[in-house]
Amino acid sequence: MADKEFKARVTVTLKNGVLDPQGKAIEGALESLDFNGVSGVRQGKVFDVNLTASSEKAAEDTLGGMCEKLLANTVIEDYAVEIVG
Amino acid sequence: MKATVVQFPGCNRDRDMIAAIAKIGGTAPQLAWHTDTELPDSDLIVLPGGFSHGDYLRAGAIAARAPVMDAVRAAADKGVRVLGVCNGFQMLTEAGLLPGSLMRNAGLTFVCKEVMLEAVNTDNMFTERYGKGEIIRCPVAHHDGNYFADEKTLKQVEGNGQVAFRYANGTNPNGSLNDIAGVFNAYGNVLGMMPHPENLIEPAHGGADGRRLFESVLGVLQRDAA
Repeated sequence: MADKEFKARVTVTLKNGVLDPQGKAIEGALESLDFNGVSGVRQGKVFDVNLTASSEKAAEDTLGGMCEKLLANTVIEDYAVEIVG
Repeated sequence: MKATVVQFPGCNRDRDMIAAIAKIGGTAPQLAWHTDTELPDSDLIVLPGGFSHGDYLRAGAIAARAPVMDAVRAAADKGVRVLGVCNGFQMLTEAGLLPGSLMRNAGLTFVCKEVMLEAVNTDNMFTERYGKGEIIRCPVAHHDGNYFADEKTLKQVEGNGQVAFRYANGTNPNGSLNDIAGVFNAYGNVLGMMPHPENLIEPAHGGADGRRLFESVLGVLQRDAA
């Protein structure tokens, strides 16, 4: 079976309990811009990855491996993989 | 005594490290490049400071996956001493050779200043020439030096005597948990620290408090070789 092309979005965020000074600074800036009611901001990273794989499952497995090995530091970060096309 | 300094694209403290080892150890270190798959026979491997790969993704993340790191890991597993300073410390945590992680400074700004350090565990080949609890001066220069570890890891690090240095006298420049400035691995042959001992080794630097770290580890190596 020929490999198919997939577009994926990988989201990496700080784990709960890990202090996020950048998120805090952004939260403060939002407040200073009069956006009221903000009760928390956490900053993360998004990776849009195009790849070929034999199936959606195979693509997800590959992306999971990418996260474990490089895209996320699992000491402090969680990741989520989504096939978007 | 054979020391090897590993260079990565974006290193900028490698020269200072090479000079410190040559001056204090009496022999210039060997050099290795990040793409090398083998290291020269070494008793001490040093990962110097800088901004390897532009700090892209996370500080030290890409360098930690460089081909040379497999050789560094294999050497560390055999008991070879490994020292990572600043970006080198970040590489060692990213490579899983040291516990925890180094996050963006709590104040969000790059800090370049002198701090005070407490030598916490001096029963170690890297720190034996400091007095236990001795307070020394040392420069720092980093943007991502905020030491973090989850509760369980932190307990292990503290309980096993793996804290090498703490920021002292209220000089924690980055928000590090428990004021941690440097940690050993569980066996004590790998040390990572954010401060730069190689930049305070002679009167021309304004002090020499960093010198004894090199005298410790290089002296240990010379003794072993004798």
